[in-house]
Amino acid sequence: MAVRAEAIVMGASAGALEALSTILPALPEGFRLPVMVVVHVPPDKRSVLAELFQAKCRIPVREVEDKEPIAAGTIYFAPPDYHLLVETDKGLSLSSDEPVLFSRPSIDVLFESAADAYGAALVAVILTGANQDGAKGMLAVVDAGGRAIVQDPDGAFAPAMPQAAIEMCPAARRMSLSAIAAYLQEV
Amino acid sequence: MTESLASEKIEDIEIRLLLEALYTRYHYDFRNYAMASIKRRLRQAREQLGFPNFSAMQESLLHEPSMLPRLLRYLTVQVSEMFRDPPYFQAIRDKVVPHLRTYPSLKVWIAGCSAGEELYSLVILFREEGLEDRTIFYATDISQDALHAAEAGIFTLDRIPLFTENHRKSGGKSSLSEYYQAAYGRASFDKSLRRNVVFSDHSLVTDAVFGEMHLISCRNVMIYFDRLLQDRALGLFEESLARKGFLGLGAKESLRFSPHAAAFADFVREEKIYQKRAD
Repeated sequence: MAVRAEAIVMGASAGALEALSTILPALPEGFRLPVMVVVHVPPDKRSVLAELFQAKCRIPVREVEDKEPIAAGTIYFAPPDYHLLVETDKGLSLSSDEPVLFSRPSIDVLFESAADAYGAALVAVILTGANQDGAKGMLAVVDAGGRAIVQDPDGAFAPAMPQAAIEMCPAARRMSLSAIAAYLQEV
Repeated sequence: MTESLASEKIEDIEIRLLLEALYTRYHYDFRNYAMASIKRRLRQAREQLGFPNFSAMQESLLHEPSMLPRLLRYLTVQVSEMFRDPPYFQAIRDKVVPHLRTYPSLKVWIAGCSAGEELYSLVILFREEGLEDRTIFYATDISQDALHAAEAGIFTLDRIPLFTENHRKSGGKSSLSEYYQAAYGRASFDKSLRRNVVFSDHSLVTDAVFGEMHLISCRNVMIYFDRLLQDRALGLFEESLARKGFLGLGAKESLRFSPHAAAFADFVREEKIYQKRAD
């Protein structure tokens, strides 16, 4: 019945570091799926996210370069000040288009393009955050038949973002961080 | 899945046909742009221009030439800053300029110059380094709107603090305020900055080499291309560059995935500045 998952997309804002620290290091060696992650970071900083998580994770972690082909079992972070998009040929593109909801990278932009590229084979995860980014993107994922996972706003550092996603996609599954970590290893 | 694997989504068919129409009728070729971004921009254009679907937009585009500039505005929009990524300009100043000094005359190509932010940044840098007088700058874009904006050199005043800060961080030797006059909420850059600049309509997709360059700066332009088109543009740059000429790309662009990588050597790796090999 359910389509076999081919990729995971994830979005987080305020409180992202702690939330991702529960989820990403739990992914086991030999993990099959690529994981594309947008975290809202200030545009003027050289991002340290990829380095930081490479030290903690058991699978490769990279900051995306334009047109990088997606490899299995790799975590990809959007670079600061660029949108990250998935092409239908399963390559990664960057864009300098206007911020969306004041955000670049934008979770909506990643999720919507990934929904186009992967359809029902996509798992989308919205974590803690203080704005509405990701809700529209998650709707696109659900419309394409993909799976929607939202961090339970009750336990979130900043509940606004998961709350907005749930309001837009009532069918999304609410989970705690540790439940999300366990779920992703099973998909 | 109910949908057959072979069936293309209707919207994708419409977009393909729309881009084909745009090319056949007006010779603007976006067919090999990175589809995810172009699709976003087209959806935005469709919503804001008030079309129910892309087929309706295509009909209007084919029959009403006035639709062309309105659509192009969405497709060619570029958002940049002066001295965007200050370390890039610092590297041009500290590492590339010493080589450029050894030439009696220089040609610099800003490919995809958009509203001119990068152009003015380089002209100011060259003036500060005493190279402006021996340099011709070629500023090219496919968008007439962009070229007009670049030639006007006017930016809204609210962007100037960022430009000023970037300029300072890039090792600027003067004050940015020396180069513009502020009035009515706008900063108007001095026309003397344009005395060695040639503005020209040029497409990296369909046009050819037009001169031998010592430095080509093309930042965050090719990210909108698919790999095929990137390869074409990089081939054009390789052909255009003098021996040991320099190519500067955007911070997250790379030659790594291109067949042209072998023709270039890393010059300042972390700033994506490459040098064409001598042979």
